Amino acid sequence: MEENLVFVQGNEACVEGALYAGMSFFAGYPITPSTEIAELLARRLPGRGGRFIQMEDEISSLCAIIGGSLTGNKVMTATSGPGFSLMQEALGFAVMAEIPCVIVNVQRGGPSTGNPTHVGQGDVNQARWGTHGDHAIITLTASTHQDVLEMTVHAFNMAETYRTPVILLFDEVIGHMREKLVIPEAGVLPVVDRLRTSVKRGVDYHPYLPREDGRLPMSDFGGDHRYNVTGLYHDMWGFPSSNPKVVESLLNHLVDKIETNVHEITRYKELYLEDAEVILISFGSAARSTLHTVENRRRRGDRLGYLELQSIWPFPVDLIREKCRKARRIVVVEMNKGQVTGLVKAAVENPERVFLANRIDGELISPTNIKNILRIIQGRGV
Amino acid sequence: MGTRDFIRERFFPHMWCPGCGHGTILNCLIRAIEELGLDKSNIVVVSGIGCSARISGYVDFHSLHTLHGRALAFATGVKFSQPELTIITPMGDGDALAIGGNHFIHAARRNIDITAIVMNNRIYGMTGGQYSPMSCTGDYATTAPFGNIDNPFDAVKLATAAGASFVARTTTYHAKEGISILKKAIRHRGFSVVEFLSQCPTQYGRRNQLVNAPVMLEYLKTHTVPIGSARAAEDPEILERGIFVEELRAEYCDAYEQVIQKEGG
Ligand SMILES: Cc1ncc(C[n+]2csc(CCOP(=O)(O)OP(=O)(O)O)c2C)c(N)n1
Ligand code: SF4
Repeated sequence: MEENLVFVQGNEACVEGALYAGMSFFAGYPITPSTEIAELLARRLPGRGGRFIQMEDEISSLCAIIGGSLTGNKVMTATSGPGFSLMQEALGFAVMAEIPCVIVNVQRGGPSTGNPTHVGQGDVNQARWGTHGDHAIITLTASTHQDVLEMTVHAFNMAETYRTPVILLFDEVIGHMREKLVIPEAGVLPVVDRLRTSVKRGVDYHPYLPREDGRLPMSDFGGDHRYNVTGLYHDMWGFPSSNPKVVESLLNHLVDKIETNVHEITRYKELYLEDAEVILISFGSAARSTLHTVENRRRRGDRLGYLELQSIWPFPVDLIREKCRKARRIVVVEMNKGQVTGLVKAAVENPERVFLANRIDGELISPTNIKNILRIIQGRGV
Repeated sequence: MGTRDFIRERFFPHMWCPGCGHGTILNCLIRAIEELGLDKSNIVVVSGIGCSARISGYVDFHSLHTLHGRALAFATGVKFSQPELTIITPMGDGDALAIGGNHFIHAARRNIDITAIVMNNRIYGMTGGQYSPMSCTGDYATTAPFGNIDNPFDAVKLATAAGASFVARTTTYHAKEGISILKKAIRHRGFSVVEFLSQCPTQYGRRNQLVNAPVMLEYLKTHTVPIGSARAAEDPEILERGIFVEELRAEYCDAYEQVIQKEGG
């Protein structure tokens, strides 16, 4: 076990998670604070027979990994704000063509070039709605390096299970901070492999006809079945169609396969919720300060509870409503102008109980910041 | 096998206008592949968006119909992740050289083994006749109602300068030559560019005194000459046809394979 204990950056934990999940193809373009992921994979992949390519931009990076996924690889790219913006059109393609892939966004301060070397959590809604058109998306996050590794594996599992792009929404603090990480032995974490069709060569394969369980077995490019993949609405052969029935049922399928499985996808952590008067909801690096605050105030007798979201999309509406039913106040701690706060308000009964505790200046929100905001919310003054 | 074995009849009739040159290029491509005797299951056709890009749906290979301008980016991922596959990317001139221009020069620079076909009709056909980076100065387009003031690229010079190791030009009038050039381009190990001059009677011809497809084909016949003909030097409107570059240089996937070997992967 000891040799699996390392002291690393969060970006490295993400790399370990990706390799654990069997990722074999990475394409990317350097951008702070995600660059270490590309640098590490450039070094690590060829020795395992995998492939790394530095593309000319983030657009081509996502396009390239979609191509790599179609030949049967588990694939990933990593970026930050501006690069994530450039990826939005190809992200929609992956949604539409149902291509498993993982996109890491190590968030920095935006909009635009923004605050490149500083932390932000402002891309929550971009992850959900950045690409055009109705769709569903899976977005995961993490607050410790151990969780970064596990959520990265989970991301690949979800991408393969639902044939969809999955976004890993980390942030600058998580990406660059160093802490210990135990790399699990193979077999400890579940790993979902590519589901391939059992239809034999020469038999008509319908690449876009879901099985009874809703899953779509794939066939690798270069393999037995030659079929069409397109970003246009398409029929069960993957051929473009604007037939209203085809269009409607495909859009419903794309959304339902994720929204109806919210329970399978959702990951969260909770502490002291049973008797909590005030529940603090957070995610990513902000959740570290939140947890510290909760532990600290508990010791002094404040009945605070802790709910950390490790999956943000699909938003776990029922979970939040249930967990927050009895709390007098709900405080969402995040480093943006209230993107998750709005979602929590929409999820709970009596949304006037919901407050935002934020910091948006590029510095990590501290336990002291949270404590002071809590005092204001509770009417105790600072 | 006959030519029909290479098309997906289920998806016909195709969407191209009568007289569109893109059908001729489809025909040349299929015949080239047939004559090369390639295994259909080893070929991936990757295209972007445009009238030209629809070619990928009609051929019975693995086919990937992607985003406007991004065919080569997707194709790079397919090829690099599975280098044994033969990759062909048919693109419109806007697709390849406007929105996709960056991917075009970088794919050429890497010399990755992909055959890029620029189906150059000098116009944006699919969106209704706007000027493209291959429209000539003075051409009329819906977005150049007073005549185009832009300068066109020379696709052959661009590809050559960017590092493509096979560069050729042909036309839909010269279909036989087109087949033979495509065969060489596909067989070539490295990035191959074939500029295939094509006609769009609907969106280009009508606006530019080339009233129908036969007139446009006649123009391609009279305004192109084999490489080295004196006429090309005398008249800038006359373009040379043939193979401009054919060199063996380190191919990208081969080079990475050596990295993998060295690293023990
Ligand atoms: C990002 C994006 N911008 C614009 C378009 C609209 N569009 C579709 S095809 C096309 C141009 C087609 O022209 P070309 O590539 O020359 O091919 P052709 O149709 O002439 O064969 C454009 C601008 C698009 N689909 N995507
Ligand atoms: S608009 Fe032009 S390019 Fe498009 S199909 Fe018609 S003739 Fe061909």
